[in-house]
Formats: sequence, C-alpha cells, structure tokens
Amino acid sequence: MTLNDALKEYCLRIADNSSILAHRLSEWSGHGPILEEDIAMSNMALDLIGQARGFYSYAATLEGKGRTEDDLAFRRDTREFVSRNLVEQPDNKDFGTAMLRSFLYSCLSYLQFRALMNSKDETISGLSAKAIKEVTYHVRHCGDWVVRLGDGTEESHRRISNSVEDLWMYTSELFEQNEVDALLVKEGVAVDLNTLKQDWLNLVDEIFAQAKLTKPAEGGYQSSGGINGMHTEHLGYILAEMQFLPRAYPDAIW
Amino acid sequence: MHFVNRNLANPKQTSNIGMETTLSVEELNKREAEFDAKIAGGKTIEPKDWMPERYRKQLLRMMSQHAHSEVVGMLPEGNWITRAPSLARKAVLLAKVQDEAGHGLYIYSAAETLGMDRSEMIDQLLSGKAKYSSIFNYPTLSWADIGAIGWLVDGAAIVNQTVLAKCSYGPYSRAMLRICKEENFHNKQGYQIMAYLMRGTKEQRDMAQDAMNRFWWPALMMFGPSDTNSPNSADLMKWKVKLNSNDDLRQRFIDRTVPQAEAIGLRIPDDKLKWNESTRHYEFGEINWAEFNQVISGNGPCNKLRMKQRTDAHNNGAWVREAAAAYSAKKAASKK
Amino acid sequence: MSDNNHQWPIWEVFIQPKNGSAHEHAGSVHAPDGEMALLNARDVYGRRLEGVNMWVVPATAIVASTPEDVGPFFDPANDKMYRWPNYFKTPEGIKQIS
Repeated sequence: MTLNDALKEYCLRIADNSSILAHRLSEWSGHGPILEEDIAMSNMALDLIGQARGFYSYAATLEGKGRTEDDLAFRRDTREFVSRNLVEQPDNKDFGTAMLRSFLYSCLSYLQFRALMNSKDETISGLSAKAIKEVTYHVRHCGDWVVRLGDGTEESHRRISNSVEDLWMYTSELFEQNEVDALLVKEGVAVDLNTLKQDWLNLVDEIFAQAKLTKPAEGGYQSSGGINGMHTEHLGYILAEMQFLPRAYPDAIW
Repeated sequence: MHFVNRNLANPKQTSNIGMETTLSVEELNKREAEFDAKIAGGKTIEPKDWMPERYRKQLLRMMSQHAHSEVVGMLPEGNWITRAPSLARKAVLLAKVQDEAGHGLYIYSAAETLGMDRSEMIDQLLSGKAKYSSIFNYPTLSWADIGAIGWLVDGAAIVNQTVLAKCSYGPYSRAMLRICKEENFHNKQGYQIMAYLMRGTKEQRDMAQDAMNRFWWPALMMFGPSDTNSPNSADLMKWKVKLNSNDDLRQRFIDRTVPQAEAIGLRIPDDKLKWNESTRHYEFGEINWAEFNQVISGNGPCNKLRMKQRTDAHNNGAWVREAAAAYSAKKAASKK
Repeated sequence: MSDNNHQWPIWEVFIQPKNGSAHEHAGSVHAPDGEMALLNARDVYGRRLEGVNMWVVPATAIVASTPEDVGPFFDPANDKMYRWPNYFKTPEGIKQIS
C-alpha cells in the first residue's frame, strides 16, 4: 500500500463517518422534540455534510481518477464503505439514542481532529482545524442532553440507559485500526487511536457520572470491522435511500 | 356595557399578567379612534399598546397560521433530504428546511407577544383547531417537487411576506423583514433545481414538467380565495394587517413567474393563460376553489399524514421536554 | 410539567455582533434553563449571524415601560437643548477649535 492510497482510505473513513451520521441526524428534520432542537440537529448534520465534502474531495484528488465527492458518496456500495458501525445505527426516533450516538462518536472525532491539526499533511491539518470547532460544539450539545436525560425523569433515565445498552457494543470498534493507520502514523500524518482511548473514556465517564449512567459490564458482544467494510444490516438501507437518484439516473446532472 | 382588554400588559411580563382594565363605551370609542388614526398615520403597533380585541384576535389567527405553515411546511421537503442527489443539494435543502423551523420559531415568538403561549398555539394546530397553508397537503413525489416547491411555493410566500413586512404590528413586521432576507436563497435554489432538470436528460425534463403540472395550481391557491369571498379581508385591510388583496398578490406572482417558466422551457398547465397587452398582466384560467375548500377543511391528499407526523413528533418529544425541565428544576432546587 | 405548558419558558437573546460593539436584541428562544437557552440561542441565531458574545435573559425578568410612560419618560428632555453641543454658538471672531 502506498502512502497516497493509505491517505485516500483514511479520508474516506472520516468522510463516510460524517456522511452516514449526517444522514441519521437529518432524518430528524421536521421531527425533533421541540423547534429549537430540530434546528440544532440540522446544524450538526450540516457541519457533518461539510466535513464529508471536504474529506471526499481530498480523497478524490488523491485518487486522481477524475471522480468527484459525489461519486465517492453515491456510487460506492456497503462493502466499500469504511465508516464505523456506530454511526449507522438507527435510533427509531428515540431522541436519547440519537444524542448518545452523536456524543459517543463526537468524543472520538473531537480527540482525533485535535490531534490531526498537527498532521504533517497540510490538507488534513487544515480540514481538521475547521472541523474541530464544529465537533467541540457537538460534544457539548450532545453531552448536555445525555446528562439531562440521564438525570431528568425516571422515564428519561430508563430510556437513555437502554440506549447505552444498545450502543455500547459499537464503541470498542471506534478504535480499530489497520495497515492504513500503521503507515500514516509512522509518517506523522495520522494519529494512533490507541493513544486517544483513555481520553475518550475520560470524556465519556465524566458525562456518564453527571448523567448517573453506568457503562455496561465488559465481556458482551463488541462489533468489529467497519473500517474493513464489514457493516451491520442498517447501512444497506441507508445507502439504498441516499444513493437512489444518482443510481437510478446514472447520466443525470442535478 | 363593559369591555375587557387583556392586552394592556406585555404577556411576557408575569408581574402584569392578569391585569385587566375595564373601559367604558366612551373610553373604548376614543381609544379605537386613536388606534385607527395611529395606523392611518403609518405608525406601528407595539405589544403594550392598546389595541382592539378584534385586531389582536385577527393577528393572532393570522400569525399562528403562518407559524404553523412554516413548521408543517418542513415535512414535504424534509421528505427528500435523505434522498437528495448530491451532497451540495443535500446541504442546501437541509439548510432551507432548517430555516423554516427558524421562521416558525420567529413567528411564534412574535405571536406570543399577543398573549398566547407557543404551547397553546401548538395544541390548537394538533387538535385541528388552527389551520395552516393548504399547499403542504400535497405530496412530494419526485426530486423535481423540491425544485417546484422552492421556486413556486417559496416564490408565492415571498410575494406575501414582502407585503407583510410593512404590516402595522411591529413584532410581526420585524419577523417578516428577517424572514424575507433569509428566504431569498430558498426561491433561487428551487429555480436552479428546475433549470438544471430542464437542461438535463429527457427523464429529468419530464420530471420537472410533471412537478410543474402538479404544483402550479396549488401554488396559486396559496393566496387564498378571491377577496369578494374572503371573510376576513375588509378588517385586515383597514388595520394594515393586510396591505393588498389576495387577487392582487396572486396576479403579481403570476406576472413574475410565467416569464421565469418560459426562460427554462417549462409549460404552464393553463390553456387560458395569455398576456394582455392593455392591462399589462397575464390572464389565467379558473382556479378550482372546490378543491381548495376540500383541502383547507381537511380533505387533501396529505392532511392526515402531515398531522400525524406533527403529532408523533410532539408526542415522541414529550418525555424529552419533561426530562430537560425536570433536570433544570432539580439543579435550581439544589442551588437554594 | 403540565400539558398546557410543554414548550419551556421564553428567553430573550442579545448578541454582540463584534468586539467592542454593544449587545443587540436578536430574538427569543424557549429553554428550561440558562445553559440550554444559550445553546439554543447559538443554534437558532448563530445560523447566519456572526457574533462574539451572547446574553440570554428570562423574558419574565425584563421590565418594560408602558405606552403611558412615553410622556413623562421621554418628553422632559425636549427643552434641555443645552445638553447638545450644537446649542453652544461660538462668538464671532473666535477660531473654531473642534
């Protein structure tokens, strides 16, 4: 694997994560629990679409085959998607699940972008410097909600506790790495996710403590393989919906 | 005879809530005369100013309907966010639908200055007591519908709102000014979608024309019935809550939109449409008011769906709103 | 929370558009407390507006003058023109210095 290939793959990963999570958040447009929150969720989705576009464009440039950001977002199938399985999980319009999913992912994303601001690759560091501001807010906004729901009413505590049970199995996968990371970390382009794990746990523990939530016991099933294209059944439905128009009208320009 | 006016107080000020003033008939007539003179002189009415109860009620009805329309209006377009054909289109559509939530919020806030809580207005919407624009009871069946809505529906809304920005009630007028500024791009993005489709493949052009055929007439209905049949128009005009007749605004919209359609090769689905050189306006065919009345009274293609979507969102969010309030209450109590 | 009050209280939002300028009223949001009012204000009024600082104030904490106050509050300033610099004419023959 060349450095260029690895970098492209790394960008696709970030872009896929952002794009899929944006899809999940944008499903809430018009269906939020209160107008103010409807607007907030769209803001986060818009930030993520912006991040996806930046990293897809860079991936397309690195690839050098004339593909565009949209080709990468709309013309790749599930096994080619390298996003983490957490972001594709459905929330079934349970607001707590939506906030927790974004919180767990944003904590990693925050730590990763913070480190990538020092990447030796200037495009990566530039895109990360922009994204870090957005993601810092996502951590605050979603963390705030996790606390409120955890320490709100009996019902909200029960619901968000269930969300923790449902989503926790997708958390260790957030730190999985492969040869892409090995190569890029060595070159000072990427960050070794193992070095972020403790910080991530600290962020999560702090919010969970305020929210009076407990982490599930270790030893349960943990999902694996998103970065190698191994996904849950949900991604196929997301892509079927998201990619329908460009696939149905392959010659059309929109 | 006594007349009770609850509006001397800014309803947002708890200290004044419940303060009622009883006026004699003479005093009432005097105040009404002053109020009419103020409006005739082009002054704006502010929340704490005295106002006739009918003015307050008409405004509240109009503004809450307007706010409901923004919020229900998120649904037909929201239907295509996850299926937008490019990342750029997705971002624009999401931002536009989000703006509608914002605009609903601004107008609810303005309406709240007239003494009704947002929760009460939302209850009226969900119970079917309050109305919203009939246009949102039509389905969005293809991507071209997103273009048609941005171009035609937002185009019609802008014609309306530009006029409302000059209305006599300060908070409403200010909300409209901000909304007009923000909505500029909505109309343009819709027209751009249509323009791209019309210079695309045959399938895309057919898609665009089909959307045009379905949305043209409902867009014309958005301006409401002809003024001779519009029960509230006379009062609203006198009080400068409304500044032009429904028919005038509809004509303005048609005159502006027909050349836009022609420029990109879209056909207007009206055989009677023709330019009248002497009036310098387009003549157009008969609007199907029977359909309008059906849709307005709850019997349109999507009335049930839209209400279900809003009700579900409201009910699914109840535990969230309660939890946030309970958390705040706990924190406030622990500080004491 | 009771059924007829499910939208949280109103907060007024003031934004300082740029460093050094005064806060201006931007609009209102609903929120259960100050922290969330601030977040909501950021999401609702920060969509386009640039700003460097934000205040949120419970709407119930704002005390406003009434229309009846206009006369006693604002008119008495009318006859005190000596508060304005252009009230003072410099005698002829003296060079204008500012």
